[in-house]
Amino acid sequence: MTETIAAISTGLSNSGISIIRVSGPETFQVMDRIFRGKKSGKKLSEQKTHTIHYGWITDGDEIVDEVLVSVMRAPHTYTAEDVAEINCHGGSLVTKKVLKTVLKQGVRLAEAGEFTKRAFLNGRIDLSKAEAVMEVIRAKSDLALKNSMAQLQGNVLKEISALREKMIHHTAFIEAALDDPEHISLEGFTNELKTSIIEIRERLYRLISSAENGRMLREGIRTVILGKPNVGKSSLLNVFAGEERAIVTDIAGTTRDTIEESVTVRGIALALIDTAGIRSTEDVVEKIGVEKAKKAAEEADLILYLADATNEVTEEEKEILSLLVNKKFIVLLNKIDLCEEPDTSVLEQLTGQPVLCISAKKEEGLDALYDTIEKMFFQKELSYNEELYITGERQKQSLQDAYDAMGKVLDSIEAGMPEDFFSIDLMQGYESLGEITGESVDEDLVNTIFREFCMGK
Amino acid sequence: MDQVYESYDIAVVGAGHAGCEAALACARLSFRTVLFTVSTDSIALMPCNPNIGGTSKGHLVREIDALGGEMGKNIDKTYIQSKMLNRSKGPAVHSLRAQADKQEYSKEMRRVLENTENLVIKQAEVAEIITENDCITGVKTASGAIYPCRAAILCTGTYLKARCIYGEVSNYTGPNGLPAANHLTDSLIAHGIEMYRFKTGTPARIDKRSIDFSVMEEQLGDEKVVPFSFTTDPDSLTKPQVSCWLAYTNEETHDIIKKNIDRSPLYSGVIHGTGPRYCPSIEDKVMKFADKDRHQIFIEPEGNYTNEMYIAGMSSSLPEDVQVAMYRSVKGMENAQIVRNAYAIEYDCINPMQLKASLEFKKISGLFSGGQFNGSSGYEEAAAQGLIAGINAARKLQGKEPLILDRSEAYIGVLIDDLVTKETHEPYRMMTSRAEYRLILRQDNADLRLTKYGYEVGLISEERYRKLEEKRAQIAAEMQRAKDTPIGANEKVQELLTTLGSTPLKSGSTLAELITRPELSYDMLAPIDKNRPELSVDVTEQVEIELKYEGYIKRQMSQVAQFKKMEHKRIPADIDYDAIPSIRIEARQKLKQVRPENVGQASRISGVSPADISVLLVYLGR
Repeated sequence: MTETIAAISTGLSNSGISIIRVSGPETFQVMDRIFRGKKSGKKLSEQKTHTIHYGWITDGDEIVDEVLVSVMRAPHTYTAEDVAEINCHGGSLVTKKVLKTVLKQGVRLAEAGEFTKRAFLNGRIDLSKAEAVMEVIRAKSDLALKNSMAQLQGNVLKEISALREKMIHHTAFIEAALDDPEHISLEGFTNELKTSIIEIRERLYRLISSAENGRMLREGIRTVILGKPNVGKSSLLNVFAGEERAIVTDIAGTTRDTIEESVTVRGIALALIDTAGIRSTEDVVEKIGVEKAKKAAEEADLILYLADATNEVTEEEKEILSLLVNKKFIVLLNKIDLCEEPDTSVLEQLTGQPVLCISAKKEEGLDALYDTIEKMFFQKELSYNEELYITGERQKQSLQDAYDAMGKVLDSIEAGMPEDFFSIDLMQGYESLGEITGESVDEDLVNTIFREFCMGK
Repeated sequence: MDQVYESYDIAVVGAGHAGCEAALACARLSFRTVLFTVSTDSIALMPCNPNIGGTSKGHLVREIDALGGEMGKNIDKTYIQSKMLNRSKGPAVHSLRAQADKQEYSKEMRRVLENTENLVIKQAEVAEIITENDCITGVKTASGAIYPCRAAILCTGTYLKARCIYGEVSNYTGPNGLPAANHLTDSLIAHGIEMYRFKTGTPARIDKRSIDFSVMEEQLGDEKVVPFSFTTDPDSLTKPQVSCWLAYTNEETHDIIKKNIDRSPLYSGVIHGTGPRYCPSIEDKVMKFADKDRHQIFIEPEGNYTNEMYIAGMSSSLPEDVQVAMYRSVKGMENAQIVRNAYAIEYDCINPMQLKASLEFKKISGLFSGGQFNGSSGYEEAAAQGLIAGINAARKLQGKEPLILDRSEAYIGVLIDDLVTKETHEPYRMMTSRAEYRLILRQDNADLRLTKYGYEVGLISEERYRKLEEKRAQIAAEMQRAKDTPIGANEKVQELLTTLGSTPLKSGSTLAELITRPELSYDMLAPIDKNRPELSVDVTEQVEIELKYEGYIKRQMSQVAQFKKMEHKRIPADIDYDAIPSIRIEARQKLKQVRPENVGQASRISGVSPADISVLLVYLGR
């Protein structure tokens, strides 16, 4: 049995229309449940192939969006399966809602490159293109994995790891006792487990709600502020955020970790990341900050490169310049208020780009900066990463799976099942969370058993 | 001088638990079989713990029995105590364990071997394998005798270049002072086989007259003994059982160990082999779990006709004087007289990733192997592999497809798949947590799962097979009857439920639904089930389990269906992984090393990601 899958097949950018593709044997059954046609009566499943229909996507009584749906029956479709393509209004909010409505019907979110894979396996794509198909799958999977990690905020990742740790610890304890019942007793453990599972479940619930509110992800264009220490990076972040988010001092190296803030510039969402100043340092903590800054630059969609007008450009800039290679970036010369005649020529030469003069402190020159960002966005030099939302949705699904699995553990406890039944769903939860962090399960359980419990004869 | 002697169909090297099963399977399938052992007195020797079975190992013994192996029958004849472990847990983890009379076990197995047609036993050390065009053609003993054969099965256990160590004492012998086999390793390396060096250990044996059992807790066997073999009549198992004893180490014991830890060859670097984590030496336990102020030890008899007691939980390689002090620090063992010292043993084995799932070497056609030689540990793991290697050597000569059990069919399948697919860096032991479908792989239904294979292979008789199918039909019929039997909310029913501590019915129900209540059982409901047919316990047991855990079992069955899809996607043996550029380098190296037989196996190799599997599927669909 092949599953029915769906995904947004256009980008989530500022286009007018988005397309959500649904493919698989249950496509039309699902569509019948959520599509209400203008001309009432006829279901999509009764329509001829390769026809297009006007109507509404509905979730129960609620109308989600006004849409056009293309009906394409197997085998003459992209995947050679039954396919419906929902043309809905663009803009990420509406598109997400329509996709969510489809997924609610038991449709699975497509994996990276899965439509293409199906197209190929169903003989739709020329055999000579096999290699290209494999490339697509590879590239999309790598990107998805990279996104998954990069997109999660540090504290969320920490929380997921902590919950995973708890799950495997409980499982390992049960399994150790099952394996060595004469040494390890499970007496009284069920109650302890119940308390812990309830807590884990609450924490998962909080993660899911924060994902719903978009607080879990760095949504928007990943924008990293980069520069040497004390050039005013934190001041710039505060200007964007309109509040004192980062600590601003005169001491170089104050920001030692990356700080994140979601801001909107002329209606464009930016996930703004302030970093530790880049310089060679012996301070261990600062060093870590510098490494993090470099990593953030790697993952950035846009870099705001900040230099200090009151200082000369030095050797240390070179390291930063190397991070700009193959990246979209804007060069900013800060602290012009402290400088009579700021010299932009050196920077212009080094970066090959015009330099914008600003004063973060006096909030001068910011309009030019906002203009530039806006222009880049509408000239499509910058876009929301289309995989980003999909990744977020996938992560949420995994959280939900883990949450459901913990529910099953509680059900088993309530039903008075013996302890060995608990480990089935505990491990399921562990696996689901592992999908978010990109970690596979492999020998984790056996290793944990031996590490934590004294086993054996 | 080399001399060629008579030829055999199959040569089995080693007569431990793997070798015995292998040789019996081959001979019973009518192949002329020769079984080599360094000492005929060590056939089916139990050089370590005196028991068969235990958690997950008991499952293996049941499965061996269902396939037509000997281990279950042999322990049923020679047990001196028996216990079903984990009875308070779910049926999937119930595990049978029996204390064996070691000498009787060995003697009985030898008797069976010696009375099996087509089977010849020879006391000789096999020193070389002989091949032609990467096919096995014979084996040669250390004395130069060549025995041509069409297939060979290596089951050398812990004997290859074996070294026994305690303190500063190092003896180049196999277990129990038996001669080691010092030549075969070189021949294997010359044939391009990669060897590992593993270690394991055993505790001291102590004269029972020197132990004060009155200060220890007595451990009795089960009142009603459950046999291992499906052919043993449970009512025939009525002999008196011996007791085991529970004692504890204490802080003094731990002090003695800590003070002398630098004299342990494990810690001083004398031992290079990799030891198993699941049966750590007492010095390992004390050092690694320093917060524990005591460890349990079990004192187990080695047999009915010996005073030697096995001190489970205190294996060690500490020097003799430390051993004496250490054992004597245990309450009740103040006057302990050590009969045999504890020791660690190092031995050569192979990297099992060189084997196919049939247990045949990928590189050498007709050469099979089983047991500790394959990097496993334990009598039961050895016997299981020996049986499969024996069956598949025979099937190869019959020109038939090998018998490969998958992970959803048997613990044996999990065991072999793990060995040949995943890297093992320590002696591999079976554990129930390794079996992802364990609700289905229960010890109570091993016959229902596997008898058909034993029958197809030719090791299970027509009569036994027919009886099993009858049992299967009875189970199905009774399950259906239970589902179709309405139970009304009448006075008699409510009264019974109340006395059994169960909630009275609100409306009509069925017998099957009532059985699913945790506090009720099939037997308890007899008074309100007037049309109940007369059925044997093993039938009603299945009915009860299948009904009680139906939801969970169904879930697992659907996972199995998913799993099978991938297992059935075969990968051609000559696939060129270098021709698939989109597979990551790490994954490619692993795939080239393991050369998985199907996509399912490929997905279990560590370092192969789901994306790599997707790419592989596309490549295969090309």
